[in-house]
Amino acid sequence: MSDAAARSATAIAADVQAGRVSAREITEKALARVAAVEPRVGAYLTVLDAAARAAADRVDACIRAGERLPLAGVPLAIKDNMALAGSRTTAASKILADWVAPYTATAVARLLAAGAIPIGKANLDEFAMGSSCENSALGTTRNPYDLERVPGGSSGGSAAAVAAGEATIALGSDTGGSIREPAAFCNVVGFKPTYGRVSRYGLIAFASSLDQIGPLAHTVADAALVYDAIAGGDPMDATSLDRPVEPASARLRDDLRGCKIGIVRQFDTQTLGDDVDAVYRRAYRDLEALGAELVEVTLPTADYGLATYYLIAPAECSSNLARFDGVRYGLRVDADDVREMYARTRAAGFGPEVKRRILIGTYALSSGYYDAYYVRAQKARTLIARDFERAFQSCDLIAAPAASCPAFRFNAKSDPYSMYLMDYYTIPMSLAGLPALSVPCGWVTPDGSTRPMPLGLQLCGPLFSEPLLLGAAHAYESATGHARAHRPALDEAVDHV
Amino acid sequence: MSEFEAVIGIECHVELKTDAKMFCGCPNTFGGEPNTNVCPVCLGLPGALPVPNARAIEHMLRAGLAFDAEIPAFSKFDRKNYFYPDMPKDYQISQYDMPLTQGGAVRYWLADGTLKVCRLTRIHLEEDTGKSTHAGSSDGRIAGSTFSLIDFNRAGVPLMECVSEPELHGADEAVAYLEALRRTLLALGVSDVKMEEGSLRCDANISIRPRGSRELGTKTEIKNMNSFRSVHRAIESEIARQIALIERGERVTQETRGWDEARGVSVSMRSKEEAHDYRYFPDPDLTPLSVAPARVEELRAQMPERPWQQFERYTGEYGLSVTQATQLIDAPALAGYFDRVVAIAGNARAATNFVLGDLSRLANERSVAVAESAVAPEHLAELIALVEAKQINSKIAKELLERMWDGAGSPRAIVEREGLSQTSDPAAVAALVDGVLAAHPAVVAEYRAGKVNVAGFLVGNVMKASRGKADPALVQELVKQRLG
Amino acid sequence: MPTTAWSIPILSSEKIDVRYVAKLASLALSDDEIDRFGAQLADLLTHVDALAELDTSAVPATAQVIESRNVARPDAVAPCLDRETVLAQAPARQGAFFRVPRIIAS
Ligand SMILES: [Mg+2]
Ligand SMILES: [Zn+2]
Repeated sequence: MSDAAARSATAIAADVQAGRVSAREITEKALARVAAVEPRVGAYLTVLDAAARAAADRVDACIRAGERLPLAGVPLAIKDNMALAGSRTTAASKILADWVAPYTATAVARLLAAGAIPIGKANLDEFAMGSSCENSALGTTRNPYDLERVPGGSSGGSAAAVAAGEATIALGSDTGGSIREPAAFCNVVGFKPTYGRVSRYGLIAFASSLDQIGPLAHTVADAALVYDAIAGGDPMDATSLDRPVEPASARLRDDLRGCKIGIVRQFDTQTLGDDVDAVYRRAYRDLEALGAELVEVTLPTADYGLATYYLIAPAECSSNLARFDGVRYGLRVDADDVREMYARTRAAGFGPEVKRRILIGTYALSSGYYDAYYVRAQKARTLIARDFERAFQSCDLIAAPAASCPAFRFNAKSDPYSMYLMDYYTIPMSLAGLPALSVPCGWVTPDGSTRPMPLGLQLCGPLFSEPLLLGAAHAYESATGHARAHRPALDEAVDHV
Repeated sequence: MSEFEAVIGIECHVELKTDAKMFCGCPNTFGGEPNTNVCPVCLGLPGALPVPNARAIEHMLRAGLAFDAEIPAFSKFDRKNYFYPDMPKDYQISQYDMPLTQGGAVRYWLADGTLKVCRLTRIHLEEDTGKSTHAGSSDGRIAGSTFSLIDFNRAGVPLMECVSEPELHGADEAVAYLEALRRTLLALGVSDVKMEEGSLRCDANISIRPRGSRELGTKTEIKNMNSFRSVHRAIESEIARQIALIERGERVTQETRGWDEARGVSVSMRSKEEAHDYRYFPDPDLTPLSVAPARVEELRAQMPERPWQQFERYTGEYGLSVTQATQLIDAPALAGYFDRVVAIAGNARAATNFVLGDLSRLANERSVAVAESAVAPEHLAELIALVEAKQINSKIAKELLERMWDGAGSPRAIVEREGLSQTSDPAAVAALVDGVLAAHPAVVAEYRAGKVNVAGFLVGNVMKASRGKADPALVQELVKQRLG
Repeated sequence: MPTTAWSIPILSSEKIDVRYVAKLASLALSDDEIDRFGAQLADLLTHVDALAELDTSAVPATAQVIESRNVARPDAVAPCLDRETVLAQAPARQGAFFRVPRIIAS
């Protein structure tokens, strides 16, 4: 990857700011890279050629006018469940295949205001429901490190776009692991901030009490730069937090001295398979080598995370997705009366996974089952959050796998529950609203393959500990450099541009 | 008296008066070009989020306090899930088990002056839907229409739902309840409460039972009433219909009926529907609400006099009739004017007569509201004082009032300037009487022959001779004395 | 392997009336789908039933993990969307209105 988009956001912004290169030149290079690799990767549902060029020219004009833009000219991929005014915004669903958003999501608007260039709208599992990107109704995204494998999900397009050099930074959304798992699968950094840190305004809701927007990037420093630009309260989102944001970019560090890192007893990695287990054990030793003190912590209710999540998230989704009814926008399948129109429209517009979750959520909220399922899950959620609170009394951060395996082959998880299990390590943090990230931590070569595939180390901190968390991840990343050990398989077959 | 007693509960939806809608910044205005007062939030566009309007919440708290409701320490918004084409998100943001206010009661009065209380089952805050126009049929009704047209301007307007206990026993009580509710919300300034513009909409649940029974009969729900008059007619009609059914040995069916104002009958809309399964759950897009006790006390302290209190003051303390009191309460500016006059003059009866009598007549004739006229309350109070002190008589007072209306200012100043003070000196008046009697010997003779009603002619002439200033009571007394 | 919560089926779930649930959710399902989704939902619920192992009797429910309160907006008017932009997205419109098929009273 010799192209501009593969350089760090920090470096690109500095060059553009100094006038060494124009945002337009960077953008043209990024678009050329997209044209070259997109037929094989399929990271984007929509490439925003015209919008990108227009944005680049605006950024160049601002720079000439003396403005300072922290992300000047940095190519950005936007998960296609975020609204961008004038652009098709689909949530990878047939029901929204032709919807043009008339407004822009707050997080997207903040990045554009910081000088980022919107290269395209990235693929995802339909309505962010999935862990492989295979649930997209509108396109297939391939893992740049092995085109036979999934990029992970649901922010699979965002992770693949960064990994393939089609964007320098990306926005993803994480409900139960949807930033962290694809980041791990695609050898990039993926960061989910504390719930409420980043406005959800303009993010097409899946599960409102869990959804959180966050960055995917090549480096922790780049993720921190994006986080600094998007974090902070928004009057358009009542659940966004109006409390001061300490810039994380300023807190990047090179060692972990004085940092206590908890290893979760329940997350014993021995069951993951020898090679994966070895990578994680090595990662924990590396943390120790950087000066961290490892302590064992217990999360007794973490095992109930999946059951809790698969009631709460579908319940919220069943209500959030009711609005896709064929009346105001999106797909309509006509019928004689409006009820039949709804039923046919939604049957034709939603894919099987979305239907499954709508059904389970509707059931969990329905009369007679509400207390047994929904309320019980909310109470379990309280216990899980308390477990973390207790654990953080004896440690500063928690380290865990981001996923139990590397990226798998297409169609490998046809049973819905085996797919749900992919989120085992990431869901508890989501339920507790905690900030968590995945940083590349090593490689394994799956059975029957010759290509090494990346793994991600998950680090998680208490609420609002973003600077500490990103700082520690930066120390680990700098000391180990796992991400640079292998290049995408993609580049073996593609000429450099 | 019928052997049956009606049991009625009223459910109201009241649009709150705010500048912006409940969860977005679109204007909260009636009408407007279709689909112009809309934004991503109130259209339920993908990704849009609601943020509640602080004033709407305050309106609810004030309404709750005005109805003596409790303000709990914690409340929240819930989603009520059901599909309907004029409801953009296919769920309504509402309040289920923890509304902003709890309990409370509406105090209302009947035409005979009785004050009554109807407890409230609940008041909660929610959002309004858009409006559907049913088309493709001849009469614009939903039945028989082949398609509908939707305008989302109203979607997301703040709405207060107010449900009464079934404690109203007849059309009179139901309408009196609604009037009290309306007056209270108007006095608070939280709603326009106009049935014709839909800012007040109500349904009535009606059942009957044998007088003295404690059990509730099968109820029907009456919808589509668009004025208080139509509420009254619809309820009377439904009570009569139910009584007739029972007397024929039939049973009342639980159903929803639509009131047809033109035909004066209700028509069955649907029979007992399958139980709704609204799947209420706390709206995860909104934060819970907690109102500090200090804030509650502050709002309570700012509470204006409530209509029932005003009614008690007028009919009790001031001795006004029910009609007079109601007339004033329903004209807040006039009542305010009246209260200022009473406060200065201290004579409620005289103030009532002037304000509801001569002044209201003038206001009518000149098409200017009393409170906006040139007659300052201070000047009217002066006029009342002049009459009370017998410095002028009522005839002069009427003349003065007209001149004050035209901007003449202080009546005392006019009286002094023009020497209009009433002549109450018996000697002076007696001289005038003697002069008139001397000038009309024939009339005097008629009187003495038994035609006593000619005395009026003589009194009139004495008044004329005094240029209207003589004390009429004294003139009358002296004329009779001299003739007698 | 992280399967604890999933490996303890407590078969307390009643048979799910998928047809009723699909009606509530306004989803037209074929008989085939009803069977398939019914089986998958029942399977998921056997896993979810593991939650019954947790004693949650004295535990408050968490609807939102961050405890903010009273977030509200001042009563101020903001710009609206342009009507043509809005109606351009409508699957069916008539003049200034969104058009829908016959509404059958619920
Ligand atoms: Mg209601
Ligand atoms: Zn709006």
